[in-house]
Amino acid sequence: MIKYLKKNQIKIAPFFFLAPSIILFVLYVIYPIIDSIWVSFHSWNGMDRGLLGLSGELKNWKWVGLDNYKELIFDDYTFPINLLNNLKWLVLSLLVIPIGLGLAIFLNQNIREMKFIKPLFFFPFVINLVVVSLIFTWFYMPKYGILDLIFRFFGLEPIAFLAEETLATYAIIFAFFWPAIAYTMIIYLTGLTNVNTEVVEAGRIDGASGISMFWNVILPQLRPATFIATVVTVVGALRSFDMVAIMTKGGPWGSTSVLAYKMYEEALFSYRMGYGSAIATILFLIMDIYIVWFLYRLFQNEKSEK
Amino acid sequence: MFPIQIEKQPKFVQYRYRLILYASIILWLLPLIAIMLVSLRSLSDLNAGNYWGIPTEINFIDNYSEVFIRSPMARYFLNSLIITIPTTIVTLLISSMSGFTLAIHKFKLNMFIFAMFIAGNFIPFQILLVPVRNITIQFGMYDTWYGLIIFHIAFQSGFCTFFLRNFIKELPFELVEAARADGASEFYIYSKIVLPLMRPALAALGVLIFTFIWNDYFWALVLVQSDSVRPVTVGLQALRGQWVASWNLIAAGSIVCALPPVIMFFILQKQFIRGLTFGAVKG
Repeated sequence: MIKYLKKNQIKIAPFFFLAPSIILFVLYVIYPIIDSIWVSFHSWNGMDRGLLGLSGELKNWKWVGLDNYKELIFDDYTFPINLLNNLKWLVLSLLVIPIGLGLAIFLNQNIREMKFIKPLFFFPFVINLVVVSLIFTWFYMPKYGILDLIFRFFGLEPIAFLAEETLATYAIIFAFFWPAIAYTMIIYLTGLTNVNTEVVEAGRIDGASGISMFWNVILPQLRPATFIATVVTVVGALRSFDMVAIMTKGGPWGSTSVLAYKMYEEALFSYRMGYGSAIATILFLIMDIYIVWFLYRLFQNEKSEK
Repeated sequence: MFPIQIEKQPKFVQYRYRLILYASIILWLLPLIAIMLVSLRSLSDLNAGNYWGIPTEINFIDNYSEVFIRSPMARYFLNSLIITIPTTIVTLLISSMSGFTLAIHKFKLNMFIFAMFIAGNFIPFQILLVPVRNITIQFGMYDTWYGLIIFHIAFQSGFCTFFLRNFIKELPFELVEAARADGASEFYIYSKIVLPLMRPALAALGVLIFTFIWNDYFWALVLVQSDSVRPVTVGLQALRGQWVASWNLIAAGSIVCALPPVIMFFILQKQFIRGLTFGAVKG
């Protein structure tokens, strides 16, 4: 037996090395995805699935087919609001990429004090979103917030941004910009230090400068950075849960809620696990587009390297 | 170098650049500076509407001791450490193993498993919420540190495996072949040859994972509910309800909550950025 193991250890080794992470990953990620999709076809209050009622039927758990999805799409008036908010997050968060790039180009200088200044620009990214949300909640606060102060300084009528249905979502997204720009800037700064100087100098000799240099020489070399920045920003924007939960709890009147927040409310406050899971499944399907795109790109690269 | 180097420009341009640079850093950090200043103020100042004027007194010690002694913040802080440190260590350990095998060994499902680990990073947390909560309750780990720790390990191992596998792939494969020719076992190759070479990657990942776990809000909200287990993120949000308009305390609490990753970032900046920008240069 031991002899057999020794002889075939290259074949057996993967099982041994993979076991801990695979077991955990399947239990806590793969199985839950499948179970969530399964739950989304049921009506379930979260209690024991097998419990029988008086008439011998399952009491807490009932197959409803596509009813949850039908209700969500056709009868739930908050669904389009949530979806639209997700879309706002998605589209506006893309602005972070050119802003981060601009800032990175601005900071890509070798002056002495830059060593200390760059990290100061980075660190909104390290601060957790709870704190970022609290800071901005207070930034927007009527009467005492900084924004209010600025508005009054310019003689404008102050606005309670987080209390205005039409503005609150934008106010939260703006707060998200702070850490997100810091992140894209880090990515681009690294990208810029790796830009091939010879190509840049050759471009200069050919008379390229300023914008044409940027478009034709710099930007193509930053493509990997742009790719990562886009993927991470978009995933972050679709996960916008934390900031919404802390800054407005989805309010005023549900106007800032996103699918992620609605799902949480339906499942944990209304005990509608099936309905919540249907929302989660839709969110998952949207995200799948990105997952597939990312994997495709990655394996294309892998192939071209071989 | 792009854009044109500022040191090669006339003095005037250099001064103008510096001026804009300093102005923008102040603007950029304004929210943070503001909250730091408020954390020093007294409540009576705030009640009188004196948020930005000259403070009548500096309440640094009062505010921070209020946060640490008269609120459960110290407990939350400790809980965060109890959750974050083991998670980081175990995640690195198991991912270094799976990353090793995915990079070194050839087997049928290799690519499939690798793709699975990558895909796991992008899924929305909500699709895991209901089942993960049930599993945690069934295992009797709801409202315990373990429940959070195990889940975090499982989820983060996806990203770490991805990262480490690609790192090991870049190492010269001849090292492994030579060791095999010498009769070294696979476990020996992992622990004595590859693991030491992985050190920079592990440091970079460790800093990153520490920050991710420390900053987690969603899972702490969903898997934990009592003060004795709650980490700082959820704790701070709970305290906000108690402190209502005592923004000096909320500000002090926020700073305490944000501090560990910030300190870590400043000390291990190089590792941090290396971890973060992994894949942004190549790939």
